[in-house]
Amino acid sequence: MKENQKTYWKGVEQLKNDPNFIAKNESEFPEYLPMNEQGGDTNSRRDFLKLMGFGIAAASLAACEAPVRKAIPYLNKPVDVDPSVPNYYASTYVNGGDGVSVVVKTREGRPIKIEGNKKSNITRGGTSAQVEASVLSLYDKERLTGPLKSGAEVDWETVDGDITNALTRIAAAGGQIRIVSNTVLSPTTRKAVGDFVEKYPTTQHISYDAISHYGMLEANRKTFGEAMIPSYDFSQAKTIVSVAADFLGSWISPIEFSKQYAQTRKIHAEHREMSRHYQFESNLSLTGANADYRSPIKPTQTGGVVAAIYNMIASKAGQSKVTASQLGDVAHVTAAANELWANKGKSLMVAGSNDPDIQVLVNGINAMLGNYGTTLSTERPLHFRQGNDQAYKTFVDELNGGKIDAVFFFNCNPVYNSPLSAQLVSGMKKAKLSVSTSDRMDETAELVTYIAPDHHFLEQWNDAELKTGHISLIQPTIAPIFSTRQAPESFLKWAGANIEYYTYLQNHWRENYFTQQDAISDFQMFWDKSLYDGLFETEGNNKSYNFNFDAIADAARNVAQNYKKSDNSVELAIYQKGAIGDGSMANNPWLQEMSDPISKATWDNYVTMSMAMANEMGITMNEEVGTQTVNLTVNGATVEVPVLVQPGQAEGTIGLALGYGRTKAGKVADGIGVNAYPFLTRLNGATIFEVMGGVSLEATGNTYRIAQTQTHQTYMGRENVIQEATLGEYKKDTKAGRVYPEIYKDGKFYKPSEITLWGGHEYSNHHWAMTIDMNSCTGCSACTIACQAENNVPVVGKEEVLNRREMAWIRIDRYYSAANPAGNKKELEQAAANPEVTFQPMMCQHCNNAPCETVCPVAATTHSTEGLNQMTYNRCIGTRYCANNCPYKVRRFNWFKYHDNKQFDKNSSMNNDLGKMVLNPDVTVRARGVMEKCTMCVQRIQAGKLAAKRENRRPVDGEINVACASSCPSDALVFGDLNDPNSRISLQLQIKERENGEKATDRVVKEDRAYHVLEELNVSPNVWYMTKIRNKDKESTEA
Amino acid sequence: MQVTSSVRKPLITGGKTVHDVTEDICKQVEGKPGKLWLMAFGISAVTLAIGLIAVVMTLWEGIGMWGLNKTVGWAWDITNFVWWVGIGHAGTLISAVLLLFRQKWRMAINRAAEAMTIFAVICAAQFPILHMGRPWLGAYWALPLPNTFGSLWVNFNSPLLWDVFAISTYFSVSLVFWYLGLVPDFATIRDRASGIRKVIYGALSLGWDGAARTWSRYESVSLILAGLATPLVLSVHTIVSFDFATSVIPGWHTTIFPPYFVAGAIFSGFAMVLTLMLVTRQVFKLHDYITIEHIELMNIVIIVTGSIVGIAYITEFFIAWYSGVPAEQYAFYNRMQGPYWWAYWSMMTCNVISPHLFWIKKIRTSIAATFILSIIVNIGMWFERFVIIVTSLHRDYLPSSWAMFYPTIYDVGVYLFTFGLFFSAFFLFAKFFPVINMAEVKSIIKSSSESIEEKTAES
Repeated sequence: MKENQKTYWKGVEQLKNDPNFIAKNESEFPEYLPMNEQGGDTNSRRDFLKLMGFGIAAASLAACEAPVRKAIPYLNKPVDVDPSVPNYYASTYVNGGDGVSVVVKTREGRPIKIEGNKKSNITRGGTSAQVEASVLSLYDKERLTGPLKSGAEVDWETVDGDITNALTRIAAAGGQIRIVSNTVLSPTTRKAVGDFVEKYPTTQHISYDAISHYGMLEANRKTFGEAMIPSYDFSQAKTIVSVAADFLGSWISPIEFSKQYAQTRKIHAEHREMSRHYQFESNLSLTGANADYRSPIKPTQTGGVVAAIYNMIASKAGQSKVTASQLGDVAHVTAAANELWANKGKSLMVAGSNDPDIQVLVNGINAMLGNYGTTLSTERPLHFRQGNDQAYKTFVDELNGGKIDAVFFFNCNPVYNSPLSAQLVSGMKKAKLSVSTSDRMDETAELVTYIAPDHHFLEQWNDAELKTGHISLIQPTIAPIFSTRQAPESFLKWAGANIEYYTYLQNHWRENYFTQQDAISDFQMFWDKSLYDGLFETEGNNKSYNFNFDAIADAARNVAQNYKKSDNSVELAIYQKGAIGDGSMANNPWLQEMSDPISKATWDNYVTMSMAMANEMGITMNEEVGTQTVNLTVNGATVEVPVLVQPGQAEGTIGLALGYGRTKAGKVADGIGVNAYPFLTRLNGATIFEVMGGVSLEATGNTYRIAQTQTHQTYMGRENVIQEATLGEYKKDTKAGRVYPEIYKDGKFYKPSEITLWGGHEYSNHHWAMTIDMNSCTGCSACTIACQAENNVPVVGKEEVLNRREMAWIRIDRYYSAANPAGNKKELEQAAANPEVTFQPMMCQHCNNAPCETVCPVAATTHSTEGLNQMTYNRCIGTRYCANNCPYKVRRFNWFKYHDNKQFDKNSSMNNDLGKMVLNPDVTVRARGVMEKCTMCVQRIQAGKLAAKRENRRPVDGEINVACASSCPSDALVFGDLNDPNSRISLQLQIKERENGEKATDRVVKEDRAYHVLEELNVSPNVWYMTKIRNKDKESTEA
Repeated sequence: MQVTSSVRKPLITGGKTVHDVTEDICKQVEGKPGKLWLMAFGISAVTLAIGLIAVVMTLWEGIGMWGLNKTVGWAWDITNFVWWVGIGHAGTLISAVLLLFRQKWRMAINRAAEAMTIFAVICAAQFPILHMGRPWLGAYWALPLPNTFGSLWVNFNSPLLWDVFAISTYFSVSLVFWYLGLVPDFATIRDRASGIRKVIYGALSLGWDGAARTWSRYESVSLILAGLATPLVLSVHTIVSFDFATSVIPGWHTTIFPPYFVAGAIFSGFAMVLTLMLVTRQVFKLHDYITIEHIELMNIVIIVTGSIVGIAYITEFFIAWYSGVPAEQYAFYNRMQGPYWWAYWSMMTCNVISPHLFWIKKIRTSIAATFILSIIVNIGMWFERFVIIVTSLHRDYLPSSWAMFYPTIYDVGVYLFTFGLFFSAFFLFAKFFPVINMAEVKSIIKSSSESIEEKTAES
């Protein structure tokens, strides 16, 4: 009714404002009741009633009118786009120097979920939290909607014209041009940049990485003659020694390494072997948490540890020893070296340091062990993190010297994430032309004249060479949402080439990759096949390298000089968290609210500190008042930052994460935590992440609350929760570590399932279940984000996490334990100084005898015929009795309305029109006041069953998979049908084929490692956990 | 006529005649409200209004306004619910059970006690509704109403549903019983009144004519209702205790709960009756009707029920240790030594130690001491429910989920709301309804009033 805002004249009179007309016009549709005018009093009552009746009817009709939403039906239905039928496209996640082959799920033309590409033999279907969350970044409201010139919106023609003119002028005058980027994985983009350089020959392409691995590149240049990062194969390694390399969490290619590593941690009765993993580090990293032996060391000891191991191996290998500094007392160094040698060729030594000298020694160790060719390969070097710190430093110096006229920041944000930020900012003012291709008005883009925003990776055509000869394609899964343009296309345009990037990409492929294969003779077919697979592999690098031991002695001398163990000074180890990483995706609320695998903290950056140091500084941390802040001074710069007491933190060290302290990332990230990039130091020309001197701390006495999702750190010795054993014990007895609760009744002990009031369910069609291998779960938390994306789980914000109301359906419980048994209940509560760590993913256990189901007064939570515990949201009245009665505490209540609520605007997937595009239309967005929990992705089960039914067959094992299990980079979660005797889960649990009439609770699991958490309750979960086995020798657990 | 032994203390003092009784009680109803009453009612009404803000905010924004979390799904809401229901036990016990046992001393206090029951149950009923995530649906979805969804029905396995039946039955029986007792007294007031008051009290008295046949029917119905209400005294709190006892949570899953809860309910109910009676006695100058004897008898009931509760606490501990279940043992260890130790020890002090002061005659016959202790008992009983609910939930099976509960201002506000509701209703009742059952008291004036006693002594 009100939509039409136009004014229609009733005639020329109205236009003239004729007074006569106005008077008559007013009485035409009078606003007062015209009762008395129409023939006196007789009709007034009836008229009044009529008018009132009409008025009420009209008002109610108006109230009934549904708001008009802009839903436009397809006039011509696009091919392959069917409402409610998802399409999957292979593509590649790229962010800075990282790349992962993925498959993107789209619904009605919008990408809603990212899965790993199983065809990739790098990541093999695994993903990480960042990859899973990247789909939400596509719908980030803070993205720029078009090109900008000095902060004002302009059109592309203006930008192109201005930039081309400026470039021509600069080039004519011989001025210097620089393109600054992170590692560019795309060969085609590199070619486009090459074209640009050809057109403007004074251009240099500088690449740097926020998380630099320049030290490794340098080390390999010294020892092999080529700056590269070899491929690693942890799956071949029987002994893994890592000195501060967080290879499962953040080091080079963590998804790939997790996949490989997990293979060495899978054990069963026929295969009672696993790798042994030694970790030497300052912060308790994800990798350290998975290690069999972990020794806390100070950053200044890294050199000593590496040198000591080098010398021990050298003496066995008959090589000459090198100078080594005093190491002091570090546990497990000798054992690690001995085992490395014992498993020559099947071992792997890695170090996280970016100091080239340390990496040279590490290369030397691996070379002496003969690991090149087995666990290390130069055939297909990794292409991640190729940034050159030296070149970048030179660039910043030149820029500051006013020697550079034009600078292009190609998808990078060095003002935020490079340690030379201050120099860069002052230098940028001296350039005549500054351009950024950033997708948002970030810290760097804010300071440039022109912003030519790039597409999100889900909007573009491109490719990415992840390893030599392993090229993964990027295809758009949605038309560009905003008026953005692909950065390489921009470079081509500015270089004068008016070519669409898609054509350019195809041309590149036709010339370079199509010719490298003979299986397909037609380019289009080759292209389609590559696109379908998402990747193409050519021959690897066939160069042979000779290891050059000459560099070793020099490196060792430097290491001995640079790493001197200091007893008193505080050292800072800067690290990356699994969720936030380098901070480029900081404005993603899923990542901000992801519970850190180790600290279980969300939404914050903090100094991690050992209990002893905290006590010394008078800092206490408890749930009620929180923690205190300290003034952290690093080489003169001071920030105030809260303290998190972290068991496992090496004495005399503190940890601080990168990726926080953003000021221009957007509403979600700005103002969270402090920025640690300015604290990075340089050593041998490389940016290093350890600050070995000039660090001081001062307690401020200010209290602060860090929002943690888990505040109790130990499992209180409860063997019904965590069951674990050592490999030695497991070799003798596959039941090692298992606890079988028994209930005493009438003079006899019974299994809990033998004493029951329950009738039991019979699942004649499917019986969905899951196993969780605590031995291969690394705790990375990719599953938690996968679940969040799949199931529309809301983000609640820091305050609500503090109130213990996070909504995660799957959480990873992280428990610390001491190797020594604790004496009493108070001791059980204390986490040890260097604890063992256990990760236990926990979600709805889909109990066959579910305690939640009996207590719901309105039967809103019920049991399905396929073993699922179902939650009917629209029946739920929210008594929360089910959550109280859940022994696993996995049920989540909608305390507030989290969607369309300004108070929760950080929950961007439900609070703005753009963000809402990420929601999975198959899953209800829950209303306020209802309970929710893991459904075992029932929408996927239904879709899979439907697909099978249409083809008149049973679903095939693996065809239906839940979001958490499919994301898992270590294959710790296995989902499947227990009624299918050949399913992976049935084979894993060694469960017999179901007999007719057999009840779910009567099925016998023969796998000895499989257990139910809280078995004595006989709630009979459909989720089994596999015992945690540590590869430890019993006697050395004390160390 | 039943004659009471002269050994027994008189139940009514001050040489009251039948006419005095009528005068003393009706005076309060017929006169202008006193200053004290106006003040008391004013404070109650203001409390109600302030509490209402919290209620409205909770309904508007959601349960998130309270301090609950993923681990502790119930706290003040159900604590208050159980507390109020418990308080609501004394009325029926006094009027029904004591009627059956022919305890005449109940006559002076049963009217107020029953009124208190009704209002306490009304207060209690606020919480099951308010604590729901979606009360606008839950308020009627929890009832087994016929619907068009075929098999969609309530879950008869759920103790919460049993609660619905238990509370509503208890409320309706108590209400009818209370009102029935009021009818003859309303008739007395009607007969004395004029004008609009006569019309109102006339309507309330349901045409009572005072005929012998009417009295006979009245007494039969009272007896039948007393018989019906007696099992309810035991059943209501038994069923409330099932909310916890049938669960799997350590500290809840306890077979001792039904008797333990019933004893606790009577304990707290009597304490609340004492608190209110002492105030009413003072405000309305009813010293001759509510005598020290009454107070002493009620204090004895408090000793007995308090001791039962104390034994229940100790038994619970013993069983937790004896069961050999680590989670159960930890739950009880945590009550004593955990972060909520103060709640536990408040409960123990108030409920187990304080009632035993009544063994001392001086204390149990002292008005001031009784008043203070009656309040302490109810504080203790509130903590008992808080301890059971919150300390059991906040640390159950998986230590990863252990959390603390901190109340917000809205938790307090909703509790205040029920206080406001309770006291506003009680003061309105005290002003406009006869606070003592005149008809019954008159029936014992001959047998156990002081004047009779004097006469028998003389002869």
